[in-house]
Amino acid sequence: MKRRVPAALLGPALIGLALLVLPLAGLVIRAPWRGIGTRLADPAVLEALRLSIVTATCATVLAIFFGVPLAWLLARVAFRGRRFVRALVTLPLVLPPVVGGVALLLVFGRRGLVGEWLEPLGITLPFTTAGVVLAETFVAMPFLVIAVEGALRGADERYEEAAATLGASRLTAFRRVTLPLAMPGIAAGAVLCWARALGEFGATITFAGNFPGRTQTMPLAVYLALETDPAAAITLSLVLLAVSITILALLRDRWVS
Amino acid sequence: MSLVAELRVRLVDVRFEVAAGETVAILGPNGAGKSTVLRALAGLLPSGGPVSLAGERIDHLPPERRATGVVFQDYLLFPHLSALENVAFGPRCAGVARAQARAVAAEWLERVGLGEYAKAKPGQLSGGQAQRVALARALATGPRLLLMDEPLAALDARSRLEIRAQLRRHLSEFAGPSVLVTHDPLDAMTLAGRVLLLEDGRITQDGSPAEITSRPRTEYAATLAGLNLYRGDAERGVVRSGDAVLVTDSGLGGDVFVAFPPSAVALYRSRPDGSPRNVWPGRVAGVDQHGDRVRVTVEGVLPVTADVTPAALAALELAPGSEVWAAVKAAETHAYPA
Repeated sequence: MKRRVPAALLGPALIGLALLVLPLAGLVIRAPWRGIGTRLADPAVLEALRLSIVTATCATVLAIFFGVPLAWLLARVAFRGRRFVRALVTLPLVLPPVVGGVALLLVFGRRGLVGEWLEPLGITLPFTTAGVVLAETFVAMPFLVIAVEGALRGADERYEEAAATLGASRLTAFRRVTLPLAMPGIAAGAVLCWARALGEFGATITFAGNFPGRTQTMPLAVYLALETDPAAAITLSLVLLAVSITILALLRDRWVS
Repeated sequence: MSLVAELRVRLVDVRFEVAAGETVAILGPNGAGKSTVLRALAGLLPSGGPVSLAGERIDHLPPERRATGVVFQDYLLFPHLSALENVAFGPRCAGVARAQARAVAAEWLERVGLGEYAKAKPGQLSGGQAQRVALARALATGPRLLLMDEPLAALDARSRLEIRAQLRRHLSEFAGPSVLVTHDPLDAMTLAGRVLLLEDGRITQDGSPAEITSRPRTEYAATLAGLNLYRGDAERGVVRSGDAVLVTDSGLGGDVFVAFPPSAVALYRSRPDGSPRNVWPGRVAGVDQHGDRVRVTVEGVLPVTADVTPAALAALELAPGSEVWAAVKAAETHAYPA
């Protein structure tokens, strides 16, 4: 006999589902489908899209370069204060991005702790494309670190021991055994990181501003267009939605099964 | 190039030596510390004492600098590399050029009879093949010490026989000391010339397989050998063990062991007359089929196991709880100093 689902659970569940799905459905329904091709081909849109993809990709590369070793450190080396460091790494996940942007300004701004030293070297980060990359890395890298650390913890450490008995140094074992075995986790972390970087708004606009062609990424363009050209904002939103769905499809074997 | 190891790590506290070319099996029940011994020798755990190979201390060296070949229980072949690349891994780490390392690896695969499996990934190999690749991988680095953790435990009965024979051959060709740990007495006794019994982290007996099976010194060793074992004070061959007295024809005095096989024990429903001088009453605790014989466990002043024929069991009408008399001839007991 089939057991009944109690209305007290089913009701809120359906409302919750509607809350998540309706806005997206609305976006698709109200989209100005007619003439969407010409809107998408608008140089301003293409410029924002190009900038978004370039900066998100740069941020992901940086996150992999620094984040994978950081994840390895957290997963494999038992040092004092490891829990504290892990908490620090995850902080940007829960921190409002705009606070991250302010913090970045205080450190890398012209009068900032580090910026002060960079300026004489001719390096300026705020309000530049490099600044966008930095802001996105700050916000998105924790996603990668957490995913890769999980993958490394899940990978059997005894393979590294076997590699050591065969004469592999820790670095060689990491490169030739750990890294290939954790590759699916690293790839998933990288995709997640890229998606987060692509959607970054708060830290970017605070630290890098909103200059078309230089720091105006897709989310910033959407926000700006909403006041001047709502149809364009909807079109840009659709593009970001499409990207998100594609990412979900890419990761479906990992999380949506 | 002998191994001298003194290990004090976790519950393990042992000292032993293994000569060059010698294979020693460390045999013990689960949880005795066998894997700890192996890991400490490999450098994966601190040894807590000096370990030297050919007179040279190695206990301060990390595993990658010990030149120790290890065959792990579940082999731990790198799943993303082919059989050939797995075997070439060690030589590559030693700085051998890629082509040269691959040639060495191919030669080793050939030697373990897996030449045509060079391209296969570990997932495509059978248990026996994976075991041989693991052995080739361990030997391809040219190790000075070979360690094996339950080398045959993961195999099915048929490939076990075959691999055991092959392993014997490779072990006899290996010039350095080899140590294998196992909980399987058959593996220990067929692969090694010397067996160390490890119980609760201590070596309780050290000897050839024949010595251990004929002169067990612990309950565990006696169980392995399938013998009844008692320890007691002897005076001219008469041994007092607790409340029981065992007459042997050894003439020994002092602290001794007395062992005899279950087949030497005869069971009676009433006290037998005549020759056996060792007769004691008891109660049947268990009856189990054991090959074509029946193994009867008897509790009493001298707990004993006896092997009888199914016909004798039926004639005696034995069942758990039955009162019986057990008898052993002095000539069938074996006494030796403790």
